[in-house]
Amino acid sequence: MEQLIQVILSGLATGSIYALAAIGFTLIWQAAQTVNFAQGEFVMLPAFFVLIGINFLGMPLWLAMLFGLALSVLILGVAFKRILVDPLLSHGGLSLIIATMAVAILMKELVKEFYSAEAQPYPALVPQGAWDLSGVIISLQDISHLIICFVVIVGLTLFLDKTKVGRCMQAAAQNAAVAEILGVNVKRMILYTFVVNAVLATLASFLITPVYLAKFSSGEYLGLIAFIAAIVGGFNQVRGALAGGLLIGVLDNITATYITAEYRQAIPLLLLIAVILFKPEGILGKPEGRAV
Amino acid sequence: MFKQIAGASALMLAMASPVHAVDIAIVAELSGGGAPAGTQYRDGIMLAIEEINASGGILGEKIKVTQHDTQTDPQISKGLVTKAIDDGAYVIMGTVYSSSTIVNMFEAMNAGVPQIVGAEAPNITQKGNPYVFRTAYGAHRGVPSLTGYFRDNLKAKKVAVTWVNNEFGKGGHDVFVAEMKKAGINVIADIPSEAGAADFAADVSRLKSAGADAVFVYLHEEESARFLKEAKKQGLKTPLVGEVTLTGQKVIDLAGDAANGAVAHVGLTAQANVKSIQDFGKKFSAKYGHQTDHNGIKGYIGMWAVKYVTEMNGAFDQKKFADKMHGLCLDVNKHPNMLLTTCWDKDGELARESFMVEVQNGKQVVTTTVAAAK
Repeated sequence: MEQLIQVILSGLATGSIYALAAIGFTLIWQAAQTVNFAQGEFVMLPAFFVLIGINFLGMPLWLAMLFGLALSVLILGVAFKRILVDPLLSHGGLSLIIATMAVAILMKELVKEFYSAEAQPYPALVPQGAWDLSGVIISLQDISHLIICFVVIVGLTLFLDKTKVGRCMQAAAQNAAVAEILGVNVKRMILYTFVVNAVLATLASFLITPVYLAKFSSGEYLGLIAFIAAIVGGFNQVRGALAGGLLIGVLDNITATYITAEYRQAIPLLLLIAVILFKPEGILGKPEGRAV
Repeated sequence: MFKQIAGASALMLAMASPVHAVDIAIVAELSGGGAPAGTQYRDGIMLAIEEINASGGILGEKIKVTQHDTQTDPQISKGLVTKAIDDGAYVIMGTVYSSSTIVNMFEAMNAGVPQIVGAEAPNITQKGNPYVFRTAYGAHRGVPSLTGYFRDNLKAKKVAVTWVNNEFGKGGHDVFVAEMKKAGINVIADIPSEAGAADFAADVSRLKSAGADAVFVYLHEEESARFLKEAKKQGLKTPLVGEVTLTGQKVIDLAGDAANGAVAHVGLTAQANVKSIQDFGKKFSAKYGHQTDHNGIKGYIGMWAVKYVTEMNGAFDQKKFADKMHGLCLDVNKHPNMLLTTCWDKDGELARESFMVEVQNGKQVVTTTVAAAK
């Protein structure tokens, strides 16, 4: 029983980080009707900004993280939207999807070329100790990850539902033409969406990199899992991405612990197939109709 | 007429001389999961080449080196070995990963090009390839050195093994399980993981619940670091024992204090109480700004062996090179850049002293020296 609790807790902690990246997929889908296949690399890159801050600019960790966040917002949020999304969006989602794939390759190669192809140590953001509660070892890192992710996701939900800007962002996502008629600055709302995505990816990066290590290729698996989590949970719902991330995190751990370690990576894909077959809108997603 | 004669003479001279006599190709894991090992191996080779060229080269010829990045992909490594052969490499240095070496070594063998590898899977030298030579113990020589440690030092009755499910890991795993059986120790948990695995939470959880007296960890460097961090996170108290990679410098750098207490048998370590190795470690650190691990030393001595053997033969003859290496012992007193006296048997398998080490306060500390295998 102690083992099961630990496995579930650890799965929830990892899953909550998947959820942060998965939410980015849903936000960008809603804002631009496209899929950002560089999302995994969006999580990989901020860690290297922090390492540059620490190792080359001599910054303390907290300042390097602020530096990393600022660079991420500028590059992964504003520049990504202005340089790539704006010119390509009018050509349809497909060309943008292909462009994000190219961006993913470019980001990996740049990190490999200008930083290192090797994994790098990365400082932990949260305490590393553990509590022993009647035989159940509770990792402070797991608990901290879980709390941080939940606070951020709840905060994001409140922001989207309760603030004027959040509601304008949702309006722009649901029907840009009507929102514009109603006076919403749609372009600005879309920009905000990309900035929020950059912030979420940066946070995911700060939390996952001490575990996975900083490496140019670390976004590959993470991007895939986050994409699957977003589909499983519901591609058009933030809470769906959260549910999908947590579900995959827990299922992955339970499978590897009790069933098979060899085929653990197949489980998210099996889940994806099951969802597509039986509930294509995702566990918490809403069915969407399209005029043809 | 004069021009024609001069041109023909030049052509004949060019054909008669060994055009690529000292082309050395490094084919190694410079990116991807194997980069920690491959880049160290490359750096060790480059340091040796710099020294060899500064001292006049090999048989008076300077070494021209080309580097090829396998991206830790066996199929790419095969293509690059072919390219190196086509480019006229005298000797191919690498690969380090067994899963790549087992795929690419037959290209070199078919072309008759000697290959100095860092790979450790037992089957590398068991396929009748006369052109492949190790720079490190094969797992079938190294892992048995740990049996006594499990049986006598740890007094283990039941052990667990966690290993990477590829050519390298399977080789070490199979030898370990057979050794434990011979020693009367039960293997009660057997946990494979994929190369490049990032999340070891479930693996460590299984190890904790298994109740083993000790765990044998046979993973690559990056995975070893992630495993050690997770083991610390989950409070795993069982002794962690490995072969070579578990206590490598890169693992210590990546895992931080989570590496403390890990024990391993290593063929080479810069922390060995051997002056020549320590001097090499200082040279390496001064040049690259980071410490060498066993792979750096492997690359260095591999390259120096190429010089020594070629000069013994007095010619850049690849067949003679391979023939000479079989059954050869390079005495460190006569060949100081070998760092330790090193011998190769008829299969290209290597023998020399090795060490038991423990990570203490973020440093490898040699606890015992193990005599060369017979």
